[in-house]
Amino acid sequence: MPESLSPVTAQMPRAKLAGLLLFFLGPAVVIYSLFSIYPLVATMALSTYTSDPSGARSFVGLANFQTLLGDALWSKPFWNALGNNLIFFTVHMCVQNPVGIALAGLLSLPRVRLKGFYRTVMFLPTMLSVVIVGFSWNLILSPLWGVASGALKAVGLGSLFAPWLGLESSALVTLSLISVWQFVGIPMMLIYAALLNIPEELIDAARVDGLGQLRIFFHIKLPLVLPTISLVSVLTFVANFNAFDLIYSVKGALAGPNFATDILGTFFYRTFFGNQLQLGNPTMGAAVATVMFFIILLGLCLYLFLVQRRIRRYAF
Amino acid sequence: MRRTIKAALGAEAAALALLAGLASAQAGSLKIESWRNDDADIWNSKIIPAFNKHYPDIKIEFAPSAPKEYNAALNARLDGGTAGDLITCRPFDASLALYQKHQLDAVDGIKGMENFSDVAKAAWQTDDGKTTFCVPIASVIAGFIYNKEAFAKLGVTEPKTLDEFHAVLEKFKKDGTYVPLVMGTADQWEAATMGFQNVGPDYWKGEVGRANLISGKEKLTDPQYVAAFKEIAAWAPYLGSGFQAQTYADSQNLFSLGKGAIYAAGSWDISTFRGQAKFAMGAFPPPQPAGTTDCYISDHTDIAMGINAASKNKEDAKKFLEWLTTPEFATIYANALPGFFPLGKTPVKVEDDVAATMVGWRQSCKSTIRNSYQILSRGTPNLENELWNVSAQVVNGKLTPEAAGKQLQDGLDKWYKPAK
Repeated sequence: MPESLSPVTAQMPRAKLAGLLLFFLGPAVVIYSLFSIYPLVATMALSTYTSDPSGARSFVGLANFQTLLGDALWSKPFWNALGNNLIFFTVHMCVQNPVGIALAGLLSLPRVRLKGFYRTVMFLPTMLSVVIVGFSWNLILSPLWGVASGALKAVGLGSLFAPWLGLESSALVTLSLISVWQFVGIPMMLIYAALLNIPEELIDAARVDGLGQLRIFFHIKLPLVLPTISLVSVLTFVANFNAFDLIYSVKGALAGPNFATDILGTFFYRTFFGNQLQLGNPTMGAAVATVMFFIILLGLCLYLFLVQRRIRRYAF
Repeated sequence: MRRTIKAALGAEAAALALLAGLASAQAGSLKIESWRNDDADIWNSKIIPAFNKHYPDIKIEFAPSAPKEYNAALNARLDGGTAGDLITCRPFDASLALYQKHQLDAVDGIKGMENFSDVAKAAWQTDDGKTTFCVPIASVIAGFIYNKEAFAKLGVTEPKTLDEFHAVLEKFKKDGTYVPLVMGTADQWEAATMGFQNVGPDYWKGEVGRANLISGKEKLTDPQYVAAFKEIAAWAPYLGSGFQAQTYADSQNLFSLGKGAIYAAGSWDISTFRGQAKFAMGAFPPPQPAGTTDCYISDHTDIAMGINAASKNKEDAKKFLEWLTTPEFATIYANALPGFFPLGKTPVKVEDDVAATMVGWRQSCKSTIRNSYQILSRGTPNLENELWNVSAQVVNGKLTPEAAGKQLQDGLDKWYKPAK
């Protein structure tokens, strides 16, 4: 018998135990099935159908996936979107998370004044609507009336300014950085909370041994918050591969210029809902959504089997 | 415990039924689906009251969605059975698909449909032209709106030919006070709709070229189409700095703040400018390429209205559509929304001078609709989407006019086989 069963439940009559389980787990199972599992399964089912102009649907098996991955008309934009998505994710991993960790490290230093103020200010953008963020940055970076060009000129770097959001070479990275700016508060908060959990004795002991704050951070604190950092990475991965709103609000569903900012989310939106004269194609859209689901699932599995198992947790 | 659950379910069912009852509304009321959320005020304060003078018992609710979301939202509501009684129709395939899915009724039986010409109805007919499923409301005309003060200051006049047009732009560029030509490529469609489709019809001879494209007699790689791309590619030096990141709203603001000389315009911009611009404005039709005599304008049938096939109140909906065919409605609409031009055969007096100028072009030039709209945007890749993309790239200097034509034609060839 597994040791986790408590003596109380072990002695319960079976029917009563079942009733208890139903009572505690039932609501969650029902709600989760209804709002998460059912839509997921229904989407996958829909992706195996195709519809004719009259709206009637017929079963086609995996034909939609064959088209999506095999027909250059569909596969080219799909791989383009996936590639862009990887860049989007890489920027977040290389900028958002290190900056988040650094900010959390700074905030957790002893004797920092106005901690609460900084924490709130840095978390604020996360709570703003994406539409507001997109609109503000559009204005800030606008070559016509944005403050960015003026600010650069004021420090003698005016020649560096370019209409970043409009250039094929820089639009995607610019948008990624805007997203980083918005969401950097989340890794900061999570890691900050983990840092606060580290017992003072450990830090004190290190200090007695003569370590400075920098080395304490890298040799003591950072290893102890690694599990949280990996959690943050997974959250970033899932959020990035589901991202859509920022690109849509700044660049529209056609994710220009020349699809340079097209990510899986916008590609899905165009396919499912259509754009201007392009009619929406729900069955093909469902196929795109299913592929997105499997990409995320694959990423999570890799994480689970390659990373999660190797992380050592310390119980304080 | 089981009993309480049952009771709760019962109460919930009752509540749902009540809500459903409220939503489906009583007879004598109609709900209009539209993407014209900018016009909500005009519908509520002018159009609906005017209709209610004839039919005081019919209560009408104007319920618009944001233009970007309209198609998606409407389709979802139609599929879910919660859409309004009257559906504002996008031109061509978006509405045709609704008719084919039996979500729109035919409107041939509506009294007053004979007030519209075949061209006016073409955007809302089946391919064989036998059935019409929306009542045409208005078209929009593309051209150029200019700042009269800026023109007076530099002593230039409305350009008639493209050579004159370029000379005017060059003069404004040298002077430096104004952005010579206001257009951005960030939103992509500006380059296609106010660029390519605006100056293009003179090259491909309007409806003739459009029909030839559909019949396969012309290709987008033909010189007339490449020439149109060459023309818009030549605009780049005259656009505002950083035009690659200039959005449509930026363009509107730039011009209405008086910082631009010429604005590549759709007539729908007039009402925005009327509210904001403090200077006198004029309009000129797309200047003619060298060696052409006939002029063509993009006079695009854009907006119509049909009946939701699932409506519970079709009788009243028909009365409303009948009223839409009358000159009374056309007059109110044309003057409340300068820049949206009624499509009826009876001419309507337009008070706004810029709008009147633009609608006046119908007398001197031949009208055509955008060539990507009928039939040619039915497949994948979608010609209209492609056109936005390549037009923006051509203006950005990222794609040559020849490559643009080739990309469009290659895309079209992948799925479109013209009828022989």
